[in-house]
Amino acid sequence: MLKTYTYPKYHYQRPPELDAAGARRPVLIVGAGPVGLTAALDCHLHGIPAIVIDDDDTVSVGSRGLCYAKRALEVLDRVGVGQAVVDKGVEWNVGRTFFREKEVYSFNLLPEPDHKRPGMINLQQYYLEEYLVNRCNEVGVEIRWKNKVVSVTPADDYVSLQVETADGVYGIECDWLIVCDGARSPIRTMMGLDIDGKIFMDRFLIADVVMKADFPVERWFWFDPPFHPNQSVLLHREADNVWRIDFQLGWDADPQAEKQPDRVIPRIQAMLGKDREFELEWVSVYTFQCRRMNRFNHGRVMFAGDAAHQVSPFGARGANSGVQDTDNLVWKLKLVIDGKAPAKLLDTYSDERCWAADENILNSTRSTDFITPKSNASKQIRTAVLQLAQKHPFARKLVNSGRLSVPAYYSTSVLNTPDSDRFAGMMEPGAPMDDAPVRVNGHDPADQWLLDHVGNRFQALLFADDVATLDGSQLGALAAGGDRQFPVQPVVITPGSKAVPGILTLQDVKGRFAQRYDARDGTVYLARPDQHVAARWRSLNLASIRAAVLRATCNA
Amino acid sequence: MSLQLTPNFHQPDHRYHRDFSPGDDFYQLLIDSHRDLSDEQSALLNAKLVLLLANHIGNLDILREAMQLAREDI
Repeated sequence: MLKTYTYPKYHYQRPPELDAAGARRPVLIVGAGPVGLTAALDCHLHGIPAIVIDDDDTVSVGSRGLCYAKRALEVLDRVGVGQAVVDKGVEWNVGRTFFREKEVYSFNLLPEPDHKRPGMINLQQYYLEEYLVNRCNEVGVEIRWKNKVVSVTPADDYVSLQVETADGVYGIECDWLIVCDGARSPIRTMMGLDIDGKIFMDRFLIADVVMKADFPVERWFWFDPPFHPNQSVLLHREADNVWRIDFQLGWDADPQAEKQPDRVIPRIQAMLGKDREFELEWVSVYTFQCRRMNRFNHGRVMFAGDAAHQVSPFGARGANSGVQDTDNLVWKLKLVIDGKAPAKLLDTYSDERCWAADENILNSTRSTDFITPKSNASKQIRTAVLQLAQKHPFARKLVNSGRLSVPAYYSTSVLNTPDSDRFAGMMEPGAPMDDAPVRVNGHDPADQWLLDHVGNRFQALLFADDVATLDGSQLGALAAGGDRQFPVQPVVITPGSKAVPGILTLQDVKGRFAQRYDARDGTVYLARPDQHVAARWRSLNLASIRAAVLRATCNA
Repeated sequence: MSLQLTPNFHQPDHRYHRDFSPGDDFYQLLIDSHRDLSDEQSALLNAKLVLLLANHIGNLDILREAMQLAREDI
């Protein structure tokens, strides 16, 4: 098979604990996949020294996770790898849906203007992991390759692990353990924890194909095509002129036989036509499950990503939601480690991310049910939808070959302060914050984004038509922190071009902030460190902000 | 008044964050309503649904138009 990618080999180094017992570590992270590495970089940003432990010495074999959605890119921006992912990745907007021999309709995602990141980019998982590892090396996050956790013993206030290496087994303790060891999670099994859900009785063949000539950068989805009757097929672009092809095979297919090139190549030829030249790069056959753990935090052990929840691949909600888990977890862990919040703040990690996992499971299960109807009646209804979709817009909305991965609104979270003032729009408490183009402190170039200036701390976004009307002593009081524990960074957002000396001032250059946040003179938003809205008001009141911060940290 | 052919699913007093959600909610309700039925029972359920919804719409001009569109491509 052809190779467009050379797998890096990372070097094992003899851990010092093999020779002498080491000190207890604040945080250990198991699993150097997208989720574990993002968690490690986020810990680094928050000043938590974390070590990553992984049983392998390279990145993901095969392209696997392929689509990275806007919210994951924003988190990756925050930890410093978003640009590398976007530069290498492929942005696509046009999707075509086929039913039997006809194209039913096409759509153009036409991303909403004035966001830094598009709705989604495609990139092989190994590139993402390589960029994350590079970033860890740059900032000095330790990754222990070829270290395999063989036992975990949780205690009340620490966790003790046994780790196997080529040089023998060593013991190590940590205050907190973040488990990102994937869908089969050996640690979840070692701890005897359940993960419940359902297995889908279907198999899919997945092939990465290198095209020899240009092919449109579009997503094509076939229901019941003549070249693969009664099943579905997906064609999707990756980086390096590699294409992902997914064939639904049915439950009775033989996974070993179906992986052989003499079976795979004719399938692809039937699809692309005999004349198109291509080479196989990677082939696999997979099944999937939709399930999640009952809760994601167990004392000092936190589960994130596939270890905690799994979805069908339709809608790209695996790696994307795992990255959002760490986004939610790490700032809370930091406050608990620093003694600024009670441990029950970590219960809200589980509550908010279980809520998100349920939404992801719901959406991906609906897509799966549409793609693989379970009864004649379901299939009949789907045929009706696909026929009507050729002519009628309402039916197109019902065609479901995967819904764009979008972040959950934590609308029911106990960390939110419910609105007491009236607001329009979507930026309600719990909402993932919308982006907007801004100019910083009145002089920087215009190509700056709101989300590059929020995150990692609590911030109060104050909207003022005229910055001269702001009360400097109140801004100073905010920055100092009412009770010395929770300083809140004031950020002034204004349609005008004047900056407030000593205060981060963002000019709302296109009016998108005012529009998306329904902001007018005096409006205040309290932003959480993970770029979610905690509270909002129509006027500045320090006591209200302080109360909302206490609530958002379980200190109320 | 003519037959509504643009997306129209909604639920009173329910705030949707995504434009695909109300349609997907409807689709799941419809599929769930057929759960554990035989093919023949499903056909009967569909027929009853047509009658219930047709009576609710009432306007024969609209029903006639819907019937014509449904018959196309069969």
